[in-house]
Amino acid sequence: MFPFIFEWTWDISHIVFMGGLWYAISIIGAGLTFAIVKSLFDVYGSHDSHGNGHH
Amino acid sequence: MNETPLIPAGVKRCSKWQFSLWMAAVTAVLLWGVYAMFLIWYKGLNQTNMNDAYGFALWIWADLAVIALGGGAFFSGFLTYIIGKDELKNIINFAVIIGFICYSSALLILAIDIGQPLRGWFIFWHANVHSMLTEVAFCLSCYFAVLTIEFIPLILENPKLAKKPFLHHLSHNMHGIMAVFAATGVFLSFFHQGSLGGVAGVLYGRPFAFREHIFIWPFTFFLFTWSAAACGPCFTILVTKITEKITGKKLVGDAAVRLLAKISGWMIITYIIAKTADTIYWAYVTAPGLGFTLMDFYTSSTYNIGLLFAEIIVCGFVPGLILITKRGRESSFLLMTAIILAVIGVSLNRWVMVLQVMAVPLFSFNEWYTYMPSWQEVATTVLPVAYGLIVISLAYRYLPVFPQERELNPID
Repeated sequence: MFPFIFEWTWDISHIVFMGGLWYAISIIGAGLTFAIVKSLFDVYGSHDSHGNGHH
Repeated sequence: MNETPLIPAGVKRCSKWQFSLWMAAVTAVLLWGVYAMFLIWYKGLNQTNMNDAYGFALWIWADLAVIALGGGAFFSGFLTYIIGKDELKNIINFAVIIGFICYSSALLILAIDIGQPLRGWFIFWHANVHSMLTEVAFCLSCYFAVLTIEFIPLILENPKLAKKPFLHHLSHNMHGIMAVFAATGVFLSFFHQGSLGGVAGVLYGRPFAFREHIFIWPFTFFLFTWSAAACGPCFTILVTKITEKITGKKLVGDAAVRLLAKISGWMIITYIIAKTADTIYWAYVTAPGLGFTLMDFYTSSTYNIGLLFAEIIVCGFVPGLILITKRGRESSFLLMTAIILAVIGVSLNRWVMVLQVMAVPLFSFNEWYTYMPSWQEVATTVLPVAYGLIVISLAYRYLPVFPQERELNPID
């Protein structure tokens, strides 16, 4: 799963398999992080801007 | 406890005692399965009737069947979020819940089947990159994460939870990028559905399963993905219709159901034509090339040629032809007949590709291999059904699963 695990070799099978896995995990993780961070901004960011009188 | 704040506004639900009685009955079945599950984990796989001939048995069939039936989630998601079939937004929530149940059940069954679930993480950490089952494990786990993410916004729409500003925004923002998750789900589903078929197709020592290849992928790779996309939506419609029957309400408008049925019908017809072509090529070219005739695979009283006829004609062409005709979709009897046949058809295909593969004798001096599951195997296979009923019951009661419910069932 990781290059530091003893059976890892830099061959095409490992690159395709693990590349696919980490690609999917990255998209899922990035999407989830975006939704959480944007929600935090929506909740707390809007309070600040209202409080400071911006817009 | 007063439940009213937890129940979505504008809909009617059964009384608390009725709901509790129903949940108690289903939980009793669930506990039977849980008991069998712990028995297997504690005492080992000797609690099953699997043997040297049947390394794959009831559990793997159940696994493949629920994964195929749960395919309604990825295909409906693809149609809704990627193709833009807005009508399907009325059924997509329920498709996601059914997919979530199917995939969590598949993972649970695998956790029982591997015998030592504490070593389940080995498949990731020490991955065999030459195995199709490794790809299945990767895609299955990632797609389950996607389904969970698709389910979360619906849970956050519970009236009580939606009052929390952060959760309300989180639900909204997750909805906003759902197309990204849906696309990821389609990518993952294509590969794991396919690889489950590929596992059978690469078994060159098993002429009943072995198929010709396109590059590294046997024909079964494509047929499995195709059949899941074709029959998965039928299972979504079937569960919707059962839920409507039990609740005594219309929950999804006819337009959404008929559109999904029509697309499913065309998928089934194209799939079954491809499946027929594959079967003919296998019967006349592949199997004879390996020293077998077609009828060598159907000499058992259980596994006779009627099974092939049932799978391709009765549970393939018949439902497909019904669903592609307007009259077939508009008649509730024909619609129900077609979706039930399609669900049986895909389950039968998975049964054949798992259990008949194991049963067929490989040498002229062998008999047909037999297997009867133990009660522990049956109980742990029934377990996901009870679990699914509980999840659907809770979701229906406390979440706004069906966007059209209020409109179709106005409260005076």
